[in-house]
Amino acid sequence: MLGFILRRLLLLIPMLLGASIIVFLVLRLAPSDPAMDYLRLSYVPPSPEALEHARTMLGLDRPLITQYFDWLWRAVQLDFGRSYATGRPVLPDLMHFLPATLQLAGVALVVTLGISMPLGMWAARHSNRWPDHVVRLVAFFGVSMPNFWLGFLLVLFFSIQLGWLPPMGRGGWQYMVMPAIAVSLMSLSINARLLRASMLEAAGNRHVAYARLRGLSERTVERSHVLRNALLPIITATGMHVGELIGGTLIIETIFGWPGVGRYAISAVLNRDFPVIQCFTMSMVVIFVVCNLVVDIVYAWADPRIRLSAGGSND
Amino acid sequence: MTEQSLSLEVSMPTRRHRFSWSARFSFALVVLIVAVAVAGPWVTPYHPNAIDLLARLQPPSAAHWLGTDHLGRDILSRLIAGAGLSLGSVAVTMSLILGAGILIGGTAGTLGGRADQIIMRITDIFLIFPTLVLALFLIGMLGTGLTNVVVAIALSHWAWYARIVRGIVLSLKHREYVLASRLAGTSQLGVFLKHLLPGTASQLLVLATLDIGHIMLHVSGLSFVGLGVAPPTAEWGVMLKDAQPFIWTNPILMVWPGLALFITVMAFNLAGDALRDRLDPRLDTGRSH
Repeated sequence: MLGFILRRLLLLIPMLLGASIIVFLVLRLAPSDPAMDYLRLSYVPPSPEALEHARTMLGLDRPLITQYFDWLWRAVQLDFGRSYATGRPVLPDLMHFLPATLQLAGVALVVTLGISMPLGMWAARHSNRWPDHVVRLVAFFGVSMPNFWLGFLLVLFFSIQLGWLPPMGRGGWQYMVMPAIAVSLMSLSINARLLRASMLEAAGNRHVAYARLRGLSERTVERSHVLRNALLPIITATGMHVGELIGGTLIIETIFGWPGVGRYAISAVLNRDFPVIQCFTMSMVVIFVVCNLVVDIVYAWADPRIRLSAGGSND
Repeated sequence: MTEQSLSLEVSMPTRRHRFSWSARFSFALVVLIVAVAVAGPWVTPYHPNAIDLLARLQPPSAAHWLGTDHLGRDILSRLIAGAGLSLGSVAVTMSLILGAGILIGGTAGTLGGRADQIIMRITDIFLIFPTLVLALFLIGMLGTGLTNVVVAIALSHWAWYARIVRGIVLSLKHREYVLASRLAGTSQLGVFLKHLLPGTASQLLVLATLDIGHIMLHVSGLSFVGLGVAPPTAEWGVMLKDAQPFIWTNPILMVWPGLALFITVMAFNLAGDALRDRLDPRLDTGRSH
């Protein structure tokens, strides 16, 4: 298991390097001149001298390769430069907003798993009877519901009509309920349907029939023979949902006035504040990659076939 | 393995039923929405941006079926204009994604070997970005606006399709009919166009239909946070953003654009599900990105 984790960690290095090349290079291929954006955001009139000065100061006059390695070397030391707009170091500012986003995305992940698993199991246990239809209907609405519209509807219903929950801000658990639901409903719906399908598929296996023939109780059969196999696709899907939850959080934050990186990043994108955009993108990639590493480890732990065979297939 | 491929082959011809009622309903809905979107400029009762400050925030009436917004603009006209914009931008985005996916994934799968490895490593790098984060990053580089949003979303999604196309091509490549065609002297390109590309068609059709709703939500979501379509233009995400300050006083304003978006996404999702059941019953449904 340790070897597996180490191998995966080593594999991350070239991936992150690749991402850093994209994050750096696309900026230099962009149609606009960073020096111009720098001057615009610091309210300096773009005279030729000022442009020249800004280019030298930002290091834009050096060869691209040198610039890249210089940027990378600083980035590895957690220095992503200073914001063009505020002149403050980027990373500390980002770190100020990040915990709120991670909290919301984390709670959304817990909600996704915590609600979709019982729903999916319930639907599979009563397949093609009313619980199954109820779950199908919920999932059907959930998959098509725009999360930002759902956010509005929740505010309208629970804050304005009923007055139960605060419409915006961050505080106790009451502030968390609506944003977390808005972020997670889609992943939750997909997961519930996926678990139902994979449980039904697993239940059709011969070893399950054999377990029943041995006289094991229905509960034991479900726990240790059906669910264990059915969980594997859920683990894979969860890794993908993490990306979706991060993206959803960024948008939902703007509705609920949630003080996370979403607003910070979006205003940086509007301003073309490149150091902030680069730092934001790289940190989201690192978070996403780490989450997927955890997912891979959980998968390997749940499925010894992966862990033990070098390039093992599932069949 | 043999069991699976057998059941796949057997299940095809024995399907007696045509499409279920919900499938037919979804196809009809899709056709209706597309028709409204295409006919948009001719059927809108008012110009979607025509401001009438004397008729602000009116409830639904005979003159304005869905009422008017805070600038007195006719909501129904704006919804219809928004349909054209949403469907049009999604169609362009999806074509770009499919084009890039087929070109890059097809090349990798057909050539194989070294070229395949290099192309897939590059594809993998695009896959380690959460799609919305990559889209945000690209918009930051390209600038805001609908065109850039379309390009950014296409660039953040093509890698999924490239991987799928490559996978299908690899699975078909060593079939006997393909090998026979190769032996008969068909070029690599000819084999790809004649034998491999048609093999990907049904899966791509299903995936693209299922993803249309997803991409539509991306476009509207980005417009909603102010990065896509610029405010005076009628777009569903922009309309929702415009309605936000009126949630306490005129909540009905935010119901319409959201409902339009929800129904459209639902129609395409339903249609995609129906196509999947029909064309590709074993396709993985857990894909979300």
